[in-house]
Amino acid sequence: MSGAALELIGLRHTFFPGTPSEQRALEGVDLTVEPGSFVVVVGINGSGKSTMLNAIAGTVVLDEGVVRIAGQDVTHWPEHRRAGMIGRVFQNPFSGTAPHLTVAENLAIALQRGRSRAIFRWGLSSARRSHLAAQLANLGLGLEHRLPTPTGALSGGQRQALTLLMATILRPGLLLLDEHTAALDPRSAEQVLRLTEETVARDRLTTLMVTHSMHQAVRIGDRLLLFHRGRILDDFSGARKRRLRVEDLLDRFDQIRNADMLDESAAEMLRRAYV
Amino acid sequence: MNLLVGALSVGLLLSLLTLGVFLTYRVLNRLDLTTDGSFGLGAAVAAALLAHGVHPVTATILATVSGWLAGAATGVVHTAFGVDTLLGGILVSTALYSVQLYVMQGGDVSLASADTLPGLAERIWTAAGGPPEVDLFGTPVSASNLAALVLFVVFVLGSMFLMERFLRTDLGIAVRATGDNPQMARALGVDVGFMVTLGLVMANGLIALSGALFAQYQGFANVQMGLGIVVVGLACLIVGEALLGRSGPARQIGGVLVGTVVFRLLVAGALRAGLDANALKLVTAVFVLLALVVPRALARVFRSPPRPPVTI
Repeated sequence: MSGAALELIGLRHTFFPGTPSEQRALEGVDLTVEPGSFVVVVGINGSGKSTMLNAIAGTVVLDEGVVRIAGQDVTHWPEHRRAGMIGRVFQNPFSGTAPHLTVAENLAIALQRGRSRAIFRWGLSSARRSHLAAQLANLGLGLEHRLPTPTGALSGGQRQALTLLMATILRPGLLLLDEHTAALDPRSAEQVLRLTEETVARDRLTTLMVTHSMHQAVRIGDRLLLFHRGRILDDFSGARKRRLRVEDLLDRFDQIRNADMLDESAAEMLRRAYV
Repeated sequence: MNLLVGALSVGLLLSLLTLGVFLTYRVLNRLDLTTDGSFGLGAAVAAALLAHGVHPVTATILATVSGWLAGAATGVVHTAFGVDTLLGGILVSTALYSVQLYVMQGGDVSLASADTLPGLAERIWTAAGGPPEVDLFGTPVSASNLAALVLFVVFVLGSMFLMERFLRTDLGIAVRATGDNPQMARALGVDVGFMVTLGLVMANGLIALSGALFAQYQGFANVQMGLGIVVVGLACLIVGEALLGRSGPARQIGGVLVGTVVFRLLVAGALRAGLDANALKLVTAVFVLLALVVPRALARVFRSPPRPPVTI
């Protein structure tokens, strides 16, 4: 039994197979993530990075491959069962909270992640309420005074900060962040990112963060994966990751783009010559 | 019979129907058409058992259980076979039409000679030394009507109290989250299929109980009783929300009671003012349609300016 927090072995997945919109999202992804590691994932649209995150969370049922979390094979577990090991924050600030439930009620659901939901326990005892207020105060957004507010009345940034707290309040074995600052204005994005770094560092959470921001990608995390066409093309860690600059990443994307164009023009040439 | 007391009694026992519709339509965010079948089933089961001399309490409990089973059937069709709840509800309520005919061994059952819950309540009232007639708002009300009214008040307030409590437990909050944002619920480990099934079971139990009480109150059950009853539930729900608003479960549950009673009073008033009873379902359906469409149309006319971008 290995001590890895996450192991992915030979993940393959094709959306809409056998139709004109067939899309090969994962074409053999292997990955081992050590406990406490903060992995940043970049790649152009459709490169498979979000599909990998969804395959780990269980929202995508894989064609092939094995997903192990903390040594446990969860490949055939439904999403809600895997949720006991995973905290998630989505790109869309509307996705992570229930708008008609109050801030306190949303957090009460998070407190039972991976546990039974009993009919004989009040969602919001006064002990729980004060525990939640203390946790909210750590965010530094004044949300501790808004426990009875429906989350639908919060701003996008407040919701993402709340979703982050909900995902991490029970210290998940794995934290999955899917471009969770991409839909926010720059100031809120910066704030949520700072909270993410603080939380991950404080609780030593094993984290996978998908991002489109090259600045975030080089600044944050101790490992960087570059996805392309359903595969992990580059894997920077340790000193290589620390030395990485935005320009290096942009150069790398240019190289990939040129190689793709070369592929296409070569194919065109062959077609003209032989067909 | 006194019009006000009659409307109040029917309003009270139908508010259990509205409470069930509230649980599916508002809490679970799904229109459940099992409602028509389970209301009729509750009435049929209670009436058939009472006609065979079964004790009213037992008959009413078994009618409620039949509603649980109806809700569970729709839940299983939905979770095990992936049929959406709307179609699942239509299938189950269609099947229940035949079940009702089997249960009642025909299209209707009379309870004229059977012992019923209101009858039982009246005997208790008399045994406890209650007067045979009480003056209520200046009109004399017979002991049987008053005993029925008290009985329904107990059922309704009890059910509403339990529902309000339930929605604030860990389990109840998970059911609410399932209706509000299933993606979020799953991500936090909530078994969404189970929660939907649980909600359907509870709702259809209440609806069948409502049907069972209704049959006992009017003294007969008929296989047509449940047809279109979901629209009545929606109408009552909408009236309640218009009067009490939608902020928080306690207020909404209060609205269920107030809305149903007010709606029944409106219906009684309209009938007395000369509304053709045959037009009642048409008027109710048009009312629900307007209640759903008019606020949207108004929002389009008085469109609010675009919101500024989100900031913390």
